[in-house]
Amino acid sequence: MKLITSNFIKCPIKKCDSSLDSYPLSYQNCQLVIKQQDFNANFIKSMLNRLDWDALLRVAKELGNTLLPLNKPALENSDQEEDKEDDEENLNENDLKLLKDLHNLLLETNIIEGEMICRSCNHKFYIKGSIPNLLLPPHLVD
Amino acid sequence: MSRPEEIAPPEVFYNEVESQKYTSNTRIQQIQAEMTLRSLELLNLSSTAEFILDIGCGSGLSGEILTEEGYNWIGMDISPNMLITALNREVDGDLLLSDIGDGVPFRAGTFDAAISISAIQWLCNADTSNADPKKRLMRFFNSLFSSLKRGGKFVAQFYPKNDKQIDLIQHSARVAGFSGGLVIDNPDSKKNKKYYLVLTAGVSEKAVNLEGVMMDAPVVKKKLSVKQRKELESTREFIKRKKDLMIKRGKKVSKDSKFTGRKRRPRF
Repeated sequence: MKLITSNFIKCPIKKCDSSLDSYPLSYQNCQLVIKQQDFNANFIKSMLNRLDWDALLRVAKELGNTLLPLNKPALENSDQEEDKEDDEENLNENDLKLLKDLHNLLLETNIIEGEMICRSCNHKFYIKGSIPNLLLPPHLVD
Repeated sequence: MSRPEEIAPPEVFYNEVESQKYTSNTRIQQIQAEMTLRSLELLNLSSTAEFILDIGCGSGLSGEILTEEGYNWIGMDISPNMLITALNREVDGDLLLSDIGDGVPFRAGTFDAAISISAIQWLCNADTSNADPKKRLMRFFNSLFSSLKRGGKFVAQFYPKNDKQIDLIQHSARVAGFSGGLVIDNPDSKKNKKYYLVLTAGVSEKAVNLEGVMMDAPVVKKKLSVKQRKELESTREFIKRKKDLMIKRGKKVSKDSKFTGRKRRPRF
């Protein structure tokens, strides 16, 4: 499971829908692996708006990374027209570095083994072979 | 056409043997690829920066095409064997073992779009005694609606068993808040007929691509029963029918003229 997914996934149990604690899940005993992937600057840029930075900080801390900045980083020249599809060349050095770092953090960092725990219902979901298992036992299906 | 839904639940049906077919059988791959490309065409996305959810991703055949086109995606499936096949093929998207009938477990506004190839008809089946297809469909569409951003689009190719299933699925989608309808490709062909559910969550700035789609397929006239036809016919038609019958039986009948079946007016 890529780290970016941890920023979006929540507890699938219906009772937890209304609870604020069902997101983000708490991560324990995780093993991480770096897997190369193609870099798509536009995608990271659009994801930057959508990221919940606090949740990312929290998950990163649980995984042992406390080096992330406390506030969500922003691009220096983010006031460009939105519909302009800019390539990597159009970005300045700092922005490119930021996007590459985020790419490395969000898309190339994989959790291959571990446990995810819902803070609301304390149900434990296992990640095995990099696939999280979100199947629910019959008594939790509503 | 065989219906795998009637054989076993998806997590059982797609076992090792069945999942292997999806890597070895080129015909399956070709059909899946065609349907994925058609779905993407209907979605009409603007850039590769969009984040896509693949519902019922299976062995990642559709995902590979998404990757080829430059999209980042997350795939969900209920069959562990299919996901293992996907892992072996080293797909680029993220995989999730999850039952779509229990909901789409993502926070609000996660995805720009979602596609699903040959998956949602499974929701119409109750595989366990406590599963209610209606409830599962509602849970699926409700959670999908919230995990898409406003204006997010969803295209699902599916194999409905009958019209009742189409109605059930469309009704659930409407109640969840989606707008949209059904696109039928090759409606005249029995084998190549393909159903695409095309939905939008809220108002989208870039509408779905409905090029070449005929609105409202021609209404097939319902065949009337013999009794209904008899009630509808005029006096002249009634006489004509009876005469034809008598001729057929070899009886002598008077000739047809412009006065056949007319009322005799008082001036005669």
